[in-house]
Amino acid sequence: MLKRFFYSKKIAPYIFVLPFIITVLLFWAAPISNGILLSFQDILKDQWVGTQNYERLLSDKIFLKAIFNSVKYMLGTLILLIPFPLLFASLLNSKLMKKPGLFKSAYFIPALTSVVVAGTVFRLMFGEAAGSLANQVIGFFGFSPIKWLKNAETSYFILLLVACWRWTGVNILYFLAGLQSIPSELYEAAAIDGASKWQQFTKISIPLVKPTSVYVLTISIYAGLSMFLESYMLFKGNNSPNNIGLTIVGYLYRQGIEKRAMGYACAVGCILLLIIMAVNLIQLKLTGAFGKEEK
Amino acid sequence: MKRRVLAALLSVTMTAAFLMGCGKDAKRETVATNEMEVEGDDVTTLKVWTFIEFHQKFYTDMAKKWNQEHPDKKVKLVLSNLSYDDMHNKLSLALESKEGAPDVVDIELGKFPAFMVGEVGLRDLTDVIEPYKKSIVKSRLDIYSKEGKIYGLPTHVGATVAFYNTDLLKTAGINYEDIKTWDDFKEAGVKYYKATGKSFATIETTAQWMINLMLAQKGGDYLKEDGSLNVNNEIMAEVLEYIKGMQDTGAFSVIPGGQPDNEEAYPCYNNGEYAVQIMPFWNTSRFVNYMTDLAGKVAIAPTPVWKTSDKEFASIGGGGTGTAIVASGKHADLAAEVMAYIKLSEEANKEVWNVLGFDPVNTEVWSDTEITQNADNQYVKYFSNYPFDTLNKIKDNIGSLGSLTDEKWPSINNEFCTVTLNNIFENGMEVKEALKESQATLENEFKK
Repeated sequence: MLKRFFYSKKIAPYIFVLPFIITVLLFWAAPISNGILLSFQDILKDQWVGTQNYERLLSDKIFLKAIFNSVKYMLGTLILLIPFPLLFASLLNSKLMKKPGLFKSAYFIPALTSVVVAGTVFRLMFGEAAGSLANQVIGFFGFSPIKWLKNAETSYFILLLVACWRWTGVNILYFLAGLQSIPSELYEAAAIDGASKWQQFTKISIPLVKPTSVYVLTISIYAGLSMFLESYMLFKGNNSPNNIGLTIVGYLYRQGIEKRAMGYACAVGCILLLIIMAVNLIQLKLTGAFGKEEK
Repeated sequence: MKRRVLAALLSVTMTAAFLMGCGKDAKRETVATNEMEVEGDDVTTLKVWTFIEFHQKFYTDMAKKWNQEHPDKKVKLVLSNLSYDDMHNKLSLALESKEGAPDVVDIELGKFPAFMVGEVGLRDLTDVIEPYKKSIVKSRLDIYSKEGKIYGLPTHVGATVAFYNTDLLKTAGINYEDIKTWDDFKEAGVKYYKATGKSFATIETTAQWMINLMLAQKGGDYLKEDGSLNVNNEIMAEVLEYIKGMQDTGAFSVIPGGQPDNEEAYPCYNNGEYAVQIMPFWNTSRFVNYMTDLAGKVAIAPTPVWKTSDKEFASIGGGGTGTAIVASGKHADLAAEVMAYIKLSEEANKEVWNVLGFDPVNTEVWSDTEITQNADNQYVKYFSNYPFDTLNKIKDNIGSLGSLTDEKWPSINNEFCTVTLNNIFENGMEVKEALKESQATLENEFKK
């Protein structure tokens, strides 16, 4: 009886995917639905408040600023962290490259360091005192000291710098994996036909590495919009001058944990979920990622 | 070839991951619990959370004394030190979920009102404070009170005083003892700036030590008497305009980090880039630990006032740590009694000065010259005058701001230290406009 149950072709697949389904239900579906319910409540007073949290969000300038900051950061990381790693990956993949392993490790090591440590080091490097590293460097070129972390533009630059320093290596690895799965015959054939290295890159590498690009794009959108720790460490806490470093998750944290407004924080979380879903669905649609599966 | 590269990459990855693992363990150790050793069978274990590590030694030393004096009520403290934000967030979640809270917890003044919202999860300490009450500065109990009940045991008064670098002032021909009013203060600043080209004192953007003092001296506040939000008021605007005027002279500027108590600002004082701090008395410990080059050069004096003829506060209490007892704890009553002894007894108050360098809440200690002028004390050695001479001068006139205990305070504080003060002193926004904007932001937040 039991044997038949386990050997049944109809049931076996479900047993195999069961752990995954349970995980999704327990750690994904349940918290999300609970979060949605909580977003219609005032937890401290233990009351249902209808859409009040959402109404307050709409007129909350700080929340709008947080969305603006997160979107700006996400766009910046997309512009910097997709083309350049792809380029570096093809350089590393090229046979002309000497000691690619060394470069790969060098690029990858920042991803292994703790954001907490990195953020602190960057904060001190970009301190506003004239003796900080960054100010000494620009002082060498005759500029006067800058208050790096008090200015919206300079702090945006530093956030992107941290992101590039940290994630370039990871994205290189993704692209490298994609590039290595392209058969070398294609390149040989192109070379025989007289295609230059650049033409091989644009006509063979880029189109064939598209699935990887779509994947990297998707996780980059998600990572960019949900960034929190980098800003938290760089500004030594969740409170940056004029909220120039406040992100959506930072605002969620401020409301939920620091101000104990859990219901309001859940509303922030729901909006974040909606934004990320919407952006990614549009993006996946445009890049044709859905179409492929239907084939 | 490729395989070897991959192998090399993997081993690098693993080594790095291994090192990172070590890092994590090392970090965990700093949060490690610290257990007292107590002999005997009938010992009650109390869990204590702190956010400043050197408070722990003070607690265990005092607990040993309690055990000697009360062999029938011995306690064993198990202390955990967590980082500031972490600890308050964990406490908030523990009280919310009614699980995992310690018996005793140190709560910082800026966070205290957040725990006074709704149903209070902390024990009313009025009864255990009673025996010590008459020698304690009343305003320091008021800040941890709600509706006549006291929920926190104060650590220090935190009287705001002026720290003058007398060496630097002498080079500009300024005698700090002549500075009586804010006008004198501003004038001295201009004179100093002309003579040295350096900043006299800081303009604050990430704290309100001087702003709150000036505001309290003028009788202003952040809230109306009925508790409604009123940051955009005349007195507030006057104070900020006055500070803006100081900044416009060029003699006062925003210090790196936006206030004297932070890691970027300490070296600025230590190098002599700034000469004066208006700070709570507990800043003595920062001088002794982080500004070692200034030993023997710093004098502590009463802060300026607006008019010497007025009955203004000579100082206000700034910052603070209120030790609270979690009401649902199994040993809440004993914990309350023990902690009241540990923090408020005369013995405890002497140690607060000797070990921590703070101004104890029991003002009888302030006049005990054996302690306050003890030549071996590191704080007495450091400052060029006796710190308590200044404290005794202002003793009877230390006030506080009503809004510091209001549940709206954490949000107001947050708005001022991130937006309002930056708008005014960094971005050149008009004072009235900045206040109007912040009033609107905060109103939106409190709209419920």
